[in-house]
Amino acid sequence: MHATDTLAEADRLMTLCNSCRYCEGLCAVFPAMEMRRDFLDGDLNYLANLCHSCGACYHDCQFSPPHEFNMNVPKVLAQARAESYAAYAWPRPLAPMFERNGLKIAIAAALSVAVFIAGFVAWSDPAVLFAAQSGAGSFYRLMPHNTMALIFGLGFLYAMVAIGMGIRLFWKDIGEPAATLVEPPSIWQAMKDASTLRYLDGGGVGCMNDGERPTDTRRVYHHFTFYGFLLCFAATSVATLYHYLLGRIAPYPWYDLPVLLGTLGGVGLLIGPVGLLMAKSKRDPAVVDEKRTGMDVAFLAMLFMTSLTGLGLLVLRETPAMGVLLALHLGVVFALFITMPYGKFVHGIYRFLALVRYAKEKRMLEMGA
Amino acid sequence: MADFSKRYDVLVIGGGNAALCAAISARRDGASVLVLEAAPKFYRGGNTRHTRNMRCAHDAPTQTLSGPYFEDEFYEDLLRVTGGETNEKLARMMIHESKEMLDWIVEQGVRFQPSLGGTLSLGRTNSFFLGGGRAMLNALYQTAEDLGVAIAYDAEVTDMVIEDGMFLSARVKQGEGHVDVRAGALVAAAGGFEANKKWLEESWGPAARNFLIRGTRYNRGTVLKMLTGAGVDEIGDPTQCHAVAIDARAPEYDGGIITRLDCVVFGIVVNKHCQRFYDEGEDVWPKRYAIWGRLVAAQPDQIGYIIFDARSLELFMPSCFPPIKADTIGELAQKLELDVAALEATVTEFNAAVQPGTFDHTQLDDCRTEGLTPQKSHWARRLEQAPFYAYPVRPGITFTYLGVRVNEQSRMMMADGKPSANMFAAGEIMAGNVLGRGYAAGIGMTIGSVFGRIAGREAAANARN
Repeated sequence: MHATDTLAEADRLMTLCNSCRYCEGLCAVFPAMEMRRDFLDGDLNYLANLCHSCGACYHDCQFSPPHEFNMNVPKVLAQARAESYAAYAWPRPLAPMFERNGLKIAIAAALSVAVFIAGFVAWSDPAVLFAAQSGAGSFYRLMPHNTMALIFGLGFLYAMVAIGMGIRLFWKDIGEPAATLVEPPSIWQAMKDASTLRYLDGGGVGCMNDGERPTDTRRVYHHFTFYGFLLCFAATSVATLYHYLLGRIAPYPWYDLPVLLGTLGGVGLLIGPVGLLMAKSKRDPAVVDEKRTGMDVAFLAMLFMTSLTGLGLLVLRETPAMGVLLALHLGVVFALFITMPYGKFVHGIYRFLALVRYAKEKRMLEMGA
Repeated sequence: MADFSKRYDVLVIGGGNAALCAAISARRDGASVLVLEAAPKFYRGGNTRHTRNMRCAHDAPTQTLSGPYFEDEFYEDLLRVTGGETNEKLARMMIHESKEMLDWIVEQGVRFQPSLGGTLSLGRTNSFFLGGGRAMLNALYQTAEDLGVAIAYDAEVTDMVIEDGMFLSARVKQGEGHVDVRAGALVAAAGGFEANKKWLEESWGPAARNFLIRGTRYNRGTVLKMLTGAGVDEIGDPTQCHAVAIDARAPEYDGGIITRLDCVVFGIVVNKHCQRFYDEGEDVWPKRYAIWGRLVAAQPDQIGYIIFDARSLELFMPSCFPPIKADTIGELAQKLELDVAALEATVTEFNAAVQPGTFDHTQLDDCRTEGLTPQKSHWARRLEQAPFYAYPVRPGITFTYLGVRVNEQSRMMMADGKPSANMFAAGEIMAGNVLGRGYAAGIGMTIGSVFGRIAGREAAANARN
């Protein structure tokens, strides 16, 4: 009846939850559940991705373990969510990337860094690689800008295509028409809900991390991470425009927009991932999908390394360390790009899409009522 | 941490809403407080675990309440559900105090939300806890801990020393042994005896063995028995309990809300001999659900079967177990291990008696039977559209009515009419003072919170003097 044991268990839980409904004020999952009476695999994958894993329902539930009904909604939905990432992976043969994901991401990152170092050594004068550089175009003495843009452009494009295919599979699985994806009110509502992490607050008291006492630290650190990431992405985009539209060649002075955006974002990407890792280490083991801890850690580590190497490059760009740091930074960023479709990054994509659908369902229900 | 060698100002026995409100209010008034919860930490809180709302009077709508609910209306509702079996003075005081409770309980960390789907009829009168009763309890425990209330779990009280209505000490089970705890005042908030099957058997006979208990197994009534044994006056019908018909497949204890079934009005209910025994469509379900526990308890082996057809499947809230399903009534009887011919005959007879009408499950409609005993007065539709469904049901006991008599200070009254020197009671253990019988949604929590707060305050004052 269900594709996996996890989905069968999620069905059992949602059926029990649907006959209680005490948790309906906590987040979007339970109101979305109430709109259904039976739960197909697609419905469960939708609910699983709608769940922000705040943990409140576990501590509020009168039937959580050791009760014989053994209701552990956050954990089971976390498992279903992780399994859904693999199910939507494109191309199919890469689905196993989600097994032992932490190790695989680490290998990808190491390989990518090694290739950039080897490339620098092979294609540029070793004297240049280990010499102090300064002035406009110093990076491009190690790697021509067009080559860099081509490699990263292709890597980014690949990631976008793979993620796009995943979106298609998810949307088909949950049975939502494509038209919903271009409805401005649903998209706008989902953007508001996602950008504020509206549902990572246990219904207003804060999410439950290390026990039954609510805290707000995960939300705060996630904001550091998410907005840090966006700022870094903005920095890269502005720099690209500078290069091609204004003909201004990197590196830029510290007060220029790309550096300011990148520095701010970089700080966010140092604080955020560290905070989230600390929260994760203290998380109540009862609600953790322990098999996937590696996936979460790998993604946070990649974001942290992206920032650390980037900031390192900024500080040391006029010293002989620049060459190696540039290879490190580019290697990490490239690995981050090409592994995006096969790691924790996709949680943001599917959760956002689930929020779009929820916004639509909620609006329909309110219009009907 | 609980220090059993210390003499606390106030000892609270129990760990639910009433106990915690008492503990918090005593502590806020400066008393040192020890809470003894007989259950392990997970099962703390007795019936509060399974609640979800509280009925409080209010003169104006609030963020979570859709309109005013004046004191007089609350009192009229109480008179209606109890058939007048209430103490007017206590009830009116409780209702008056309930107005402040909406703010007070929020100050203790409890959160409200707008009323739930499927319970909109309570949106004006009842405040719903965000996350339900266990979330409410968690908030109260956190507040109590932050205030420095000492709390002990797995701490069952097995004996008490009470002299001339004055509490001296309690004997507490700790692992294999016992410790004696002394305190200046006692608040008994340990619930009723619904989980004590032996006690239930005293009134119900062997039938009680087939009862299912909707709350935890820790509501054993031992504290209640000790108090009445020490001369505290009893109140409430000792033989009665609040009983509803719940899914027979529910666990013996703590099945809670999800085992309830709201489909009696849509079908017929038969006993193990396939005979109907009561008018399933007598009145709207919220007014009748509480009689079905007793009705099923009176049937052989205390079991009944709700039978309905495909048309009714989605008219009621889902419950935790799926209905038993079959293509014919005969097959359904086989699956239920009932006599095939007998169930077919009962359904045929019922179908033949159904009169034409316009079915409307939202009100008392004109679909009824003619010439059938017992009749079905509303929502009577032929059982004819396959598949057919059934839920087995047994009596599910929510709470008991017997309690200790108290005055407006929540102070226990002795059988000789004198007030106790230092003993107070709150919650289900004294609910019979205002709720002699019947029930209105959320009123148990009102009794617990209001009398708990008063009991804590009075006990603290008592201990200081």
